[in-house]
Amino acid sequence: MLLIHCPYCAEERPETEFAHAGEAHIERSTQMGELTDEGFANFFFYRDNTKGITYERWRHIHGCGRFFNAARDTVSDKFLVTYKAGEPKPDLSEIDNQTKAGAKS
Amino acid sequence: MNAPVSIQPNRIPGKGRLSAADPLRFTFDGKTLPALKGDTVASALIANDIHLVGRSFKYHRPRGIVSAGSEEPNALLGIQRDVARHTPNIRATVQEVYDGLEATSQNRWPSLKYDIGEINDIASPLLSAGFYYKTFMWPRKAWDKVYEPFIRKAAGLGKAPVHKDPDHYSSQHEHCDVLILGGGIAGLSAALAAAKNGARVIICDEQATFGGALHFDSDVTVDGMDGFSWAQKVTAELAAMDNARVLLRTTAFGYYAQNYVALIERVTEHLSAPRADLPRERLWEVRAKKVIIATGSIERHMVFANNDRPGILLASAARTYLNHYGVGVGKNVGVYTANDSAYAAAFDLKEAGINIPAIVDVRDNPNEELLAKASALGIRVLTGHGVMAAGGKLRVSSMSVAPVNGGANEVIAVDSIIMSGGWTPSVHMFSQSRGKVTYDADKSRFVPGVYAQDCVSIGACNGTDNLSATIDEAIAAGEDAARAVRHNAKQSATAINATGGEAWEGTLIGAAPGAEAGKVVKAFVDFQNDVTAKDIRLAVQEGFHSIEHVKRFTTNGMATDQGKLSNMHGLAIAAEALGKDLPEVGLTTFRAPYTPVTFGALVSHSKGTLFEPTRKTPMHDSEVAIGAVFEDVGSWKRAWYYPKTGEDMHAAVNRECKTARTNVGMFDASTLGKIEVVGPDAAEFLNLIYTNPFLKLGVGKLRYGIMCREDGFIYDDGVVARIAEDRFHVTTTTGGAPRVLNMMEDYLQTEFPHMKVWLTSTSEQWAVIAVQGPKSRDIVSPFVEGIDLSTEALPHMSMAEGTICGVPTRLMRMSFTGEMGFEINVPADYGRAVWDTLYQAVEEAGGCAYGTEAMHVLRAEKGYIIVGQDTDGTVTPYDAGLGWAVGKKKTDFVGIRGLKRPDLVAEGRRQLVGLKSVDGRSVLEEGAQIVDDPNQPMPMKMIGWVSSSYWSGNAQKPIAMALIEDGFNLMGKKLYVPMANEVIEVEVCKAVFVDEEGGRLHG
Repeated sequence: MLLIHCPYCAEERPETEFAHAGEAHIERSTQMGELTDEGFANFFFYRDNTKGITYERWRHIHGCGRFFNAARDTVSDKFLVTYKAGEPKPDLSEIDNQTKAGAKS
Repeated sequence: MNAPVSIQPNRIPGKGRLSAADPLRFTFDGKTLPALKGDTVASALIANDIHLVGRSFKYHRPRGIVSAGSEEPNALLGIQRDVARHTPNIRATVQEVYDGLEATSQNRWPSLKYDIGEINDIASPLLSAGFYYKTFMWPRKAWDKVYEPFIRKAAGLGKAPVHKDPDHYSSQHEHCDVLILGGGIAGLSAALAAAKNGARVIICDEQATFGGALHFDSDVTVDGMDGFSWAQKVTAELAAMDNARVLLRTTAFGYYAQNYVALIERVTEHLSAPRADLPRERLWEVRAKKVIIATGSIERHMVFANNDRPGILLASAARTYLNHYGVGVGKNVGVYTANDSAYAAAFDLKEAGINIPAIVDVRDNPNEELLAKASALGIRVLTGHGVMAAGGKLRVSSMSVAPVNGGANEVIAVDSIIMSGGWTPSVHMFSQSRGKVTYDADKSRFVPGVYAQDCVSIGACNGTDNLSATIDEAIAAGEDAARAVRHNAKQSATAINATGGEAWEGTLIGAAPGAEAGKVVKAFVDFQNDVTAKDIRLAVQEGFHSIEHVKRFTTNGMATDQGKLSNMHGLAIAAEALGKDLPEVGLTTFRAPYTPVTFGALVSHSKGTLFEPTRKTPMHDSEVAIGAVFEDVGSWKRAWYYPKTGEDMHAAVNRECKTARTNVGMFDASTLGKIEVVGPDAAEFLNLIYTNPFLKLGVGKLRYGIMCREDGFIYDDGVVARIAEDRFHVTTTTGGAPRVLNMMEDYLQTEFPHMKVWLTSTSEQWAVIAVQGPKSRDIVSPFVEGIDLSTEALPHMSMAEGTICGVPTRLMRMSFTGEMGFEINVPADYGRAVWDTLYQAVEEAGGCAYGTEAMHVLRAEKGYIIVGQDTDGTVTPYDAGLGWAVGKKKTDFVGIRGLKRPDLVAEGRRQLVGLKSVDGRSVLEEGAQIVDDPNQPMPMKMIGWVSSSYWSGNAQKPIAMALIEDGFNLMGKKLYVPMANEVIEVEVCKAVFVDEEGGRLHG
């Protein structure tokens, strides 16, 4: 079971407290009704399904109830960072270096 | 059992650590045998000179005990405590004897010594690798009748118990600073060092006593005492510390993400009469800041012809039986080795008075000191020799020895052979942690390489052979771990001085001399799955080049022992056949569990009534009292119907439906989801969430709302009440409440965070009683204060707050039946009292309670949809005939764009309509498919399906709702429902079967 850091509670809690909520940083148009077919398809249907680092939404559903974002490596299943909803994608280069430095050989 | 203990022929007085003062008795295949307290079933059987304990899986070959630990592949027994407590496939080497234990051998008939299945051994050329894949292919028809029954019968060892498991199990979450896996000298040293520096430590070991290799290695002296005694002293020291937990008989079986390790503790399996309150097993789910892996290493067998004969076992096992259990494995024990450890075993046996006719060593130049000691003890050593075959069948009787480079065979009589092909570091836990192993070519072994988690391997599992190096490594690991998690703890150095325990040299992986490629012999690699060296070569020859494929084709390493002995041999033989280096071929993946784990322990308390919570409404007990039959709806128990004496379901439902339309009925609607939506932007928010317009809904008014997903398909529905300008009482479907709240929260938090709205689930705060029917107002009004119930003051789809029976209520004039009616919300704690009071009045008036079945019929008579029954996630509000509920002037709501998609506005969509059976009798089957021409060739074009169907007592005919292509334009058209035995003719109609004008709603 993974431990996930909730950026609102500011602590790590077991995975069973959380629910996955799909890819992050997909913004709903303020002119939703006027979207083209292609625009709607990109908004609703198409997802990156990345092998490697993916940005995704989680909800601390059995905790504070807040939705937040996470950068997770889908290969190692490791969370690199979690951050509050509405915040921009974090710069991962620094985190990546820390992770590399932290790994033993 | 006070009868005198009879002689145990292989028990050696003065040897081992068990006491003759603690005799026990157990049975094996019905025969009563003596044992000593502390024995495993294996040690007790060998003490009684029994090596033959089972028949092998495929060839039914006689098999004996190979090891003294959890790696045991052969000695799998059925262990029975009583008739309900029979456990198959228990390793005799792990199961401790308790007084009265009953053990039975498996996979033999009629008896262990005379087994009919042995024919498979003679027919073995037909049963080579991939036998199943090659044989059971065609004819296809033979699968059901011949092949599958045969495979099922042949599959598996042992018999599953037939009774329900009477035991209970327990599970526990635990957190610690340092978790240490393994209680040998490395694990104990690390635990001591960590605990003395303030770390919260858990140390576990699968055995009944700590000590690991110290159980057998009598050469080791630690801090002035023999190694095993030191281990017991340290165990006691740790157990006495507040910050250390010592878990015996506890196997770490799974290593998951972020140092989450699952342990299984066997609590009562060794007790003769366990206390009833003790769990049989306890699952520990441990989250550790640091994990220290000290899982040791496992000795390998030698792969030579007939190496599976009973009486042939690992050298370290023989040493364990002698030094710990005081049991000699035989009287005349041959030794076959590629490693020094077998010498130590041979010396111990010899010194205990057991004859050692020869040590056969495949190496040309073993360690000089060992040779000198063998010579001093008078043991003949044949270097550069191999055992070409073992003789005997039910018990090994000889070994046929020849020089490795060719030469004459010499047959040496033995009653046991002990063997060592070297040692395999136990990297299972490291590997499960996703660490990557690296190949140590010098010693032909895989050792931990790149770590993936915050753990460290120490001692033998890390490839550290030397004793003092092991202790240094262990103390450093313990102190480092403590320092990392307890920065302020006082430093306390640990010093442990050990002598003896020389590092053993020598290794052989793969086939031994005499079992090389081209030799037609049965040299077993995997005992439990009957895989020989030849099978692995055959797999490669037949084109399986990936080790994972070779594994699956031959089943090497796939038995319950997970190839603890066989994996390295199998890999080496495959690599040789492929002409590749070992690391190039690679190891198969290590997976949890390390040893088999019972389902009981994994399930723990989550069974029976505790499997999942049961939700009951506040009125539940009153409904039970008036005879309700309940149905499960999600986790809810809902009153289904209320039969009177002599009534079946059909009769009860008809009566309930009729009573509600002609008189009055009451219904428990408490399971409806309820969400309180509050805040200055609450109306704006609901206007975005629902397809309907909400801005102009007046205070005290209700509105039926539909909620879509962004794709435009119906997601949920329900009635929304405006309690105040900034306060709404939202209802959802019974099953939909959590996902609706989740969706609302999602939009509120992430898309519309600027809105000032608060969402609160109130599903369980309100009990809801629906009172429906022409007399509903007469029933309710005497109990209501502060609300004018007249249609003028409280028309259909409006609500008011007041009291009923003296308790506060949100009273809603609404209907899911088509009759005039009320839905009375009261605080849940008052639900039962209000229900009881109203029920008395209803009954006196000739009314009745109705259940969910009648509710379904009543609403279908009016064509009201149930989301999830009449919709399936591909139905838009327009398809459901609810286009009126979509706010045409709204510029945004969830689903606005989805509803404009080309496919959703296209002609010919499936639309919700009513169906009449032309014969006036046939009740359609829900889910039945509909065609427009029943005579068309198959496969027919299906144009829709029946979503709801009932007998309507009120309409006196069957009624149905269906989703049919272009249904709104097919009114009056005849369609057909083909069933197994008949074709039912139906006519499309509007989905309203009672009171088409809707006048009854208004009373």
